[in-house]
Amino acid sequence: MVVAERKPIEEILAMVADFKKVLLVGCKGCVTVCCAGGTKEVGILGSALRIARKKQGNPLEVVEHTLERQCDPEYVDQLAPMLNDNSFDAVLSMACSVGPQFIAKKYTIPVYPMLNTTFIGGALEHGVWAEFCQSCGNCLIHHFGGLCPIARCSKSLMNGPCGGSANKKCEVSPEIDCIWHLIYDRMVELGQLEKLRPVFPIKDWSTSRDGGPRKIVREDLKL
Amino acid sequence: MKAGSNLEKVFTQGHFAVTGELGPPRGASVEVIEKKAGYLRGVVDSINVTDNQTSVVRMSSVAVCKLLVDMGLEPNLQMVCRDRNRIAMQSDLLGAYALGIRNVLCLSGDHNRFGDHPQSKNVYDVDSMQLIGIVKKLRDEGKMLSGQELEGVPKFFIGAAANPFGDPFEFRVTRLAKKIDAGADFIQTQCIYNMEKFRKYMHIAHEEGLTEKCYIMAGITPLKSVGMARYMAKFVPGLDVPDYYIDRLKGVEKKKQADEGIKIAVEQIQEVREIPGVRGIHLMAIEWEHKVPEILEAAGLLPRPSVN
Repeated sequence: MVVAERKPIEEILAMVADFKKVLLVGCKGCVTVCCAGGTKEVGILGSALRIARKKQGNPLEVVEHTLERQCDPEYVDQLAPMLNDNSFDAVLSMACSVGPQFIAKKYTIPVYPMLNTTFIGGALEHGVWAEFCQSCGNCLIHHFGGLCPIARCSKSLMNGPCGGSANKKCEVSPEIDCIWHLIYDRMVELGQLEKLRPVFPIKDWSTSRDGGPRKIVREDLKL
Repeated sequence: MKAGSNLEKVFTQGHFAVTGELGPPRGASVEVIEKKAGYLRGVVDSINVTDNQTSVVRMSSVAVCKLLVDMGLEPNLQMVCRDRNRIAMQSDLLGAYALGIRNVLCLSGDHNRFGDHPQSKNVYDVDSMQLIGIVKKLRDEGKMLSGQELEGVPKFFIGAAANPFGDPFEFRVTRLAKKIDAGADFIQTQCIYNMEKFRKYMHIAHEEGLTEKCYIMAGITPLKSVGMARYMAKFVPGLDVPDYYIDRLKGVEKKKQADEGIKIAVEQIQEVREIPGVRGIHLMAIEWEHKVPEILEAAGLLPRPSVN
């Protein structure tokens, strides 16, 4: 899933400093799963903003609403009745950055992101998420014991650990596992170490962001 | 002869090679380079010019190599994968060759988080292994990665680095073998302090026949003080500094620690010379270039052979 986290409250307060009434919109997709922008987080941020502004003697009216998903036009359309009377100064989106862009595409009103979209990852344990994928568009993990050196090696090395790998940790931080050490251990475990012996060829990054913004068209699904 | 560089000739004519290292200045000063180069003149076979080492912005490695060429010294161009994509790399390699640079050392590079621009966007389009392959393709096929024929082929002597002390140890010789397969003609190792581990590494490499396929140079970095030894042991990832060196330096009064460090370096040079498959040393006297002649003199490696 897309993992995101809320922007610091100070940054958000600065964004909304000039507004009197805003629509705060959450998303029931990925950001609900990673506890960054679901109904619960909309409620918390809404309250925090009201309290902070009340303390400043400059109250802010915050209307809360959570959509099924902000990355689908059919759900974004549901905001129309609320936005059509022009009573809001801005929309604050609590989705990944697709959400505010979809809202901005449909409505002529300033839209502000409340979250920082951080990575494609998974939960390691309750409250801990980590990056597993860089969406390079050409998955190669079967060559590496099912582990991704593109996303999980700090240098995206494809031919083994760099000279900085020590005690199973990355040179960048002792908090980061050396994925190449994990790949090595995994290949030993699978009895496939010899598969790491050939020099892995240079990657085609054109399927990644480097080919320009990407698009998938599924003719079979088009209406 | 693949490139005909001085370093390659020293190897092919059976001499024990010595390379030095020059860290470019954090600025545009030619004087700094002239001064450092002066210490290395005539005492090493080739001078590595580091490429924004530790991710700190310094004068371009290609530019410094060219300055060395103009001074009549032989450079070894270091190139890291951190800052360039395959387009910039090939372009710089062609330019470097045109400027008279004949040796190139292919590295992945320290991560940019360590340097003076940790907010930068790094590249890592290719890894060090793949960069070796790019240089080899340019040289041996006369083609760019794209398959485009070159107008003038750069004949480089291709180097790579190896760290026998990184983990997992068991994979380190495999990685060396991969670099040789990719096209490395010579290897310079990370600084060696744990001689026992290095012997083990070289033994495996020798048994596997790798030392016949490639010239391996042992990395030596003199310890200037107990503080430096402690720092290297603690903070440089993938470096193995055994306690006995720290204790040895600690046992000497502060003023004499530098001399003791030089003594250790000379002993290390003697030790690596005895290890089968070691064909030279790469002396990385970090910001201590002026001590290089003294170390090499004491190690009996001067004068350097004159080759044709």
